[in-house]
Amino acid sequence: MADLHFGDDKPNDQERAVVDQAVGQSLAESGNGPLLEKANAGPATGGPALLVESERLVLGGSTRRHERRHLLLPTLHALQKSQGWISPGGLNYACQQLQVPPAEAYGVATFYEMFRVDDPGHDEDVIHVCVDAACQISGSADKIAELKAAGKKVHASPCLGQCERPVAQFIQGRGKADWVEADSDSATAKAVPQAGDPGLRLLKRIGRADPTSIDSYVSAGGYKALTKAFERGATGVVDEVVASGLMGRGGAAFPTGIKWQAVAAEQPSGDRPPQKYVVVNADESEPGTFKDRTLMENDPFALIEATTIAGFATGATKGWIYIRGEYPLATERLNNALDQARAAGFLGADIGRSSFSFDIEVRRGAGAYICGEETALFNSLEGFRGEPRQKPPFPTTNGLFDQPTAINNPETLFNVLDIVMDGGATYAAIGTDGSNGSKLFCLSGNVVNPGVYEVDFGATLGEVLDLAGGVVGTLSSVLLGGAAGSFVGPDRLDMPLTFEGSRAAGASLGSGVIMAFNEDVEMWPVVTRIAEFFKNESCGQCVPCRIGTVRQHETLVKLGTAPGLNGSAPDALRLLDDIDLAMKDASICGLGHTAATAVRSAIDLGLVSLEHR
Amino acid sequence: MTAPSGPNSATDTSNTLTAVETKVTLKIDGQEVEVASGASVLDACTAAGIETPTLCYAENLTPVNACRVCVVEQSGSRTLVPSCSRQAEDGMEIQTDSERVRHSRKMVLEFLGSGVDLSQADPLARWSEQYEADPSRYGTEAEKIEEPVRVQDELYIRDYDKCVLCYKCVEACGDDAQHTFAIAVAGRGFGARISTEFDTELPDSACVYCGNCVAVCPTNALQFKTEFDLRKADNWRADEQTVTQTVCSYCGVGCNLELHVQDETIVKVTSPNDHSVTSGHLCIKGRFGWQYVHGE
Ligand SMILES: Cc1cc2nc3c(=O)[nH]c(=O)nc-3n(C[C@H](O)[C@H](O)[C@H](O)COP(=O)(O)O)c2cc1C
Ligand code: SF4
Ligand code: SF4
Ligand code: SF4
Ligand code: FES
Ligand code: FES
Repeated sequence: MADLHFGDDKPNDQERAVVDQAVGQSLAESGNGPLLEKANAGPATGGPALLVESERLVLGGSTRRHERRHLLLPTLHALQKSQGWISPGGLNYACQQLQVPPAEAYGVATFYEMFRVDDPGHDEDVIHVCVDAACQISGSADKIAELKAAGKKVHASPCLGQCERPVAQFIQGRGKADWVEADSDSATAKAVPQAGDPGLRLLKRIGRADPTSIDSYVSAGGYKALTKAFERGATGVVDEVVASGLMGRGGAAFPTGIKWQAVAAEQPSGDRPPQKYVVVNADESEPGTFKDRTLMENDPFALIEATTIAGFATGATKGWIYIRGEYPLATERLNNALDQARAAGFLGADIGRSSFSFDIEVRRGAGAYICGEETALFNSLEGFRGEPRQKPPFPTTNGLFDQPTAINNPETLFNVLDIVMDGGATYAAIGTDGSNGSKLFCLSGNVVNPGVYEVDFGATLGEVLDLAGGVVGTLSSVLLGGAAGSFVGPDRLDMPLTFEGSRAAGASLGSGVIMAFNEDVEMWPVVTRIAEFFKNESCGQCVPCRIGTVRQHETLVKLGTAPGLNGSAPDALRLLDDIDLAMKDASICGLGHTAATAVRSAIDLGLVSLEHR
Repeated sequence: MTAPSGPNSATDTSNTLTAVETKVTLKIDGQEVEVASGASVLDACTAAGIETPTLCYAENLTPVNACRVCVVEQSGSRTLVPSCSRQAEDGMEIQTDSERVRHSRKMVLEFLGSGVDLSQADPLARWSEQYEADPSRYGTEAEKIEEPVRVQDELYIRDYDKCVLCYKCVEACGDDAQHTFAIAVAGRGFGARISTEFDTELPDSACVYCGNCVAVCPTNALQFKTEFDLRKADNWRADEQTVTQTVCSYCGVGCNLELHVQDETIVKVTSPNDHSVTSGHLCIKGRFGWQYVHGE
């Protein structure tokens, strides 16, 4: 078998150095057995040593049993940061070091918003400016014009997960780390207006414990739950989570206990090694959602403790946190927390003399909404394009690296701490019959005090809006659940924000987005932008979504802007119906399934006028 | 293709243990069908004598279930399911011609027709008619794939205006046959394209000119240069061509070749998908060696 072919493009010295570092360092961090030794024995740069010839085949294609393909994403990040783009020479060198075919690596690099593969022709930082709804109605377009006029390099971005502080910006550093201007402590705490309220459960430590200090976390009651978990035993923990009735908070509302039970039941068999994983889905990219960012920035140790408990309960020995690339502060705080937890013996071998060994690694996404879909996330983390896989098989049997995997949202995991401490029954008593515990809601748009709010399940939409100081102006609609959710009108203010309550209203809580729009907002641009979001974020794998999202957007633009469409509006509506049904029925994943929901609800509610069109 | 040193190689006995064939019974459009366990719903449809349109599926490639033209309705499933990759199970109830199925198939064909040049994708034209797909509904301004024809050598051309992104060429070049990995999907969404790294010209890429990608392409986006030239001269007469079976003489492997001949000239070489040695795949010598026969 011939070797992989690499072109003649050579890296420059910087590119060579950052690739060597990314590959060597990551190998060292991830503790990858034989390759770790090889890396350590390698050249002084920390770069990798030679691969065994037989490894090449395994690493080349989509055969998933490999040891270093998953380093592709961190390596691409390193190149992008160093050069402001991924050059042919840089990519080529990365591919040689990782033994990944250049065409495949190029396919991966071109999948993400944060990477570019053409020379930008400048060496400045790039400012990503959010153009999604909460920021759009607060003047994204003006902000972009203003920055451009000031000579800045600007990139229009989908929701940056900072919807409480529009117009959101994220700065991609050239030769230095990425950052967010608004990320000072006061700004992050401001995201939680309820901070300090004694009734809080998930947000209780925010503003009280120092998110950068494990001592502070422990003084605030941290790591009691892990000790309690060891007392209960793995099965005991799973039983309590089942009894709690906890439902996933990432959008799909799947019972967490059932998921954990399934992973815990997976035993190593003849053809698979005894490795299971816990993955934290911190890719938070649903427009309007910023709760996970707030949790991770302000209480990172809690996520690490909860993830460790999940590992113990399911029998996993390794955890991964896949965090969206546009969250530099949360990433920094998590990495700091991991270091401290390791130093304190809360991670690593034989934690608390329990004979349970576990460690966690943080991986950054690179700008792709679809990578929040769990199987796309696995592919992305493994160094492939973030395309969702067909299910079945499900992650509980064939997840990350094809191994049994429990994947959860950060908010879901936060709930586990109290469940383990107080028992599932106590937890189940909170909330309503169908929705147990408390829920975080992300309030943005035309509300007086945007931010993350926690309420026990049962509170109504109106009550939660009041918590945020009420609506600025006269309420016209609320986008519930994000771009994948739907608009509801002011007649729904008494709707209980529970799984069953929203379902009865034909809506969904999704990721907890409550974005308010008052009567002064012109809705056509908002609705058209939602359609554009799906068109831009479709992975492109399946026809109904790849082309359907484009046709939906085109049809809406026509409906919303063409004054001469008189008489053809019914045709256009019929077309939207047809596109909608095909995307719902025939798409591979949830992105396609929900790409028309918000748009249709806006039309059905009459938020956009079809008259005079 | 199994990795030589993969953790499975020593212990993977699943193939030998299931030597005793078990059967599953399911209902397709009300008709009971029995198929071997492990068969797909598509296999079951075929066994029931029902034709199913497929685009990204081929028996010699791993299903990617991306095109969705083969979807069927499965009782109890919220969405339609791709028949090519869904395993048949006991007791399944499948509808292949319901309103929903017809609608989604029609829309997939219509979407493709509205953005991709399907003029040389023969079965698609027939299915589009059968499912009453009407791409003109999206108007003339509907965004289309617009790519220059890539003619970079004398062996084959790439015309991605005709590409439906079925992944077949990528699979044939990669894990499923060639293990060269010269091409992959790049970009995202409607901007996704089959590409070499940085769109490097083929002669400078990893391509070894086995032509396996050309052989699997369902839309003629990949075409042998001979066919491309003949078509340009308006002299491609497929129905007049004869096909002669032979065995490749370049080495001792024994690959079956099908020589397609027009006007006493070989215009392309294929290999049968069901051939035990090739599964339809060849190397540069078998695929293009005839050019030397004609004394190039
Ligand atoms: C397009 C798409 C994007 C998603 N994005 C996220 C996300 O950012 N975070 C998340 O937790 N779940 C996301 N999900 C849901 C995940 O697939 C999965 O259900 C979830 O991570 C499971 O965790 P949970 O059970 O704790 O909610 C997304 C799903 C889809 C279809
Ligand atoms: S539905 Fe859209 S995002 Fe999901 S797999 Fe298909 S193309 Fe990709
Ligand atoms: S001719 Fe062969 S090597 Fe070249 S791209 Fe096609 S499949 Fe790959
Ligand atoms: S070039 Fe042909 S085989 Fe390749 S993806 Fe496009 S249509 Fe499919
Ligand atoms: S950050 Fe702008 S909408 Fe979320
Ligand atoms: S043939 Fe089944 S999805 Fe393409």
